[in-house]
Amino acid sequence: MKRQQTQRAAVGIISSVAALVVVPIVLVILFIGIKGVSAISWEFITAPPREGMTEGGIMPAILGTVYLTLGTAIVSIPLAIGAAIYLAEYATENRLTHWVRLAIVNLAGIPSIVYGLFGLGAFVLFMKLGTSIAAGSLTLGIMTLPVVISTAEEAILAVPQRFRVVSLSLGATRWQTIWHQVLPHALPGILTGVILGLSRAAGETAPLLFTAVAFYLPELPRSLLDQTMALPYHLYVISTQVPNMPLSKQYGTALVLLVIVLSLTLVATLVRTRVRRRREW
Amino acid sequence: MDEVGQLPVLSIKNLFFTYPDGIEALHNVSLNIYPNEIFVLFGPARSGKTTLLRLVNRLSDLIDGAVVQGEITFNGQSVFDRSIKVANLRRQLSMVFAIPSPLPGTIRSNLTYGLMMAGIRDPLVLDQRAKQSLEQAALWDEVKDRLDQSAFALSGGQQQRLCLARSLALEPEVILLDNPTSGLDPLSTGIVEDSLDELKARYTIILVPHSIQQAARMADRAAFMLDGEVVEVGKGSELFTNPQDERTEDYVTGRFG
Repeated sequence: MKRQQTQRAAVGIISSVAALVVVPIVLVILFIGIKGVSAISWEFITAPPREGMTEGGIMPAILGTVYLTLGTAIVSIPLAIGAAIYLAEYATENRLTHWVRLAIVNLAGIPSIVYGLFGLGAFVLFMKLGTSIAAGSLTLGIMTLPVVISTAEEAILAVPQRFRVVSLSLGATRWQTIWHQVLPHALPGILTGVILGLSRAAGETAPLLFTAVAFYLPELPRSLLDQTMALPYHLYVISTQVPNMPLSKQYGTALVLLVIVLSLTLVATLVRTRVRRRREW
Repeated sequence: MDEVGQLPVLSIKNLFFTYPDGIEALHNVSLNIYPNEIFVLFGPARSGKTTLLRLVNRLSDLIDGAVVQGEITFNGQSVFDRSIKVANLRRQLSMVFAIPSPLPGTIRSNLTYGLMMAGIRDPLVLDQRAKQSLEQAALWDEVKDRLDQSAFALSGGQQQRLCLARSLALEPEVILLDNPTSGLDPLSTGIVEDSLDELKARYTIILVPHSIQQAARMADRAAFMLDGEVVEVGKGSELFTNPQDERTEDYVTGRFG
């Protein structure tokens, strides 16, 4: 009897701790949602800012974040998937792969502002890209690499080994085996990693500070080498740098950013559950 | 040349194999395997049978850090030769595994996978080979109306015959069967054994059997393996009724293993 009571108490404690995890995210969404929803209008989403940014909308910032996120995808996806395939399928445990793995772990631990400074030195100044979408995308792309590599490698390793052995035994080459048997099954997992990585990149401010963003631009960027506005930085600017900024616009901007990032995460979750349900093995 | 009076398809000479953890799985193994025979490799667990099968078509390459010594020749050419294309070798020495292991996809795609990887794209050829190999594996009548359904929808016995058909579709010279009836009921086992008996007219078959009874039923010739060594090789009829080595006799009569 006593043991069962202990059991019940333990389950109660553990499940309430788990429930606590849900509280902050719900509160953040509610708080931002309630305070920001009044600012949301068609104009807010589709018009550029006016009157020293206190009037009008945030369209250039939304567009800039979309550009930067796409640019990040273009930079990081091929590199990360290539690296993940190499690590999961080809690499033997030698000194090189040891260093590569160490590098990935450490890349993941570097503060985002340091990425920003690195981007300034490497892309803006050394490669002479200037403060631009290209430089910002490269910086965010490198920052995203470790997350995408790790999830993609995990997804590749989760494909049952017997599919590889069978494929090879039927006379497929190693690359044919990867292309026809491994990647199709790993793809949903890889996609999840890519989307999660991008959703983090979409919300970053610090790496863009010196590499891509402008305080205010009267015109939209016309090429990869133009500066851009971006949502997270715009939010920072209107919250701290602009006098007489209406609070509702600040919360409205936060709400738009939150919705973009959360919908990316939602897409990742949907992809994963859909594919899991269809899986035969 | 030896007692069979033919050139061997496969010739294994003084073969040693050590796993990366230092365990020696094969010790000085020498065997000749001749065309159109069912050659049975039997012995207790961990005696080296599967290791030997996987060396013959170089699936052993997948084990990083293993050490191989000795020689295996297939139609006179060393399988370890650098100039050999491993993918071609595996098509000619095709393997069926102990656990039915269809690839995800349809019955048809399982049958055509190996051919497509070899560059055969003509749908007529693919269909014809698929049908022919299903007939050889005694599965055609059961699946002819559902070739485009998932291979996982088949029963275990059917899956294993599909895997046999998948190997046959490659028109190999040698079929390597690693305990192919381990998960099957007696009825399915009977069907597989009957098809093997017919297949040896066209193929050379190396079989790691499920039991001594199966070994005795199927073997034209057989080798008894123990602790990575070949103890005795002989005609099936003699090896199981009148073994020369005491250890073979003990095993065959059920005193151990």
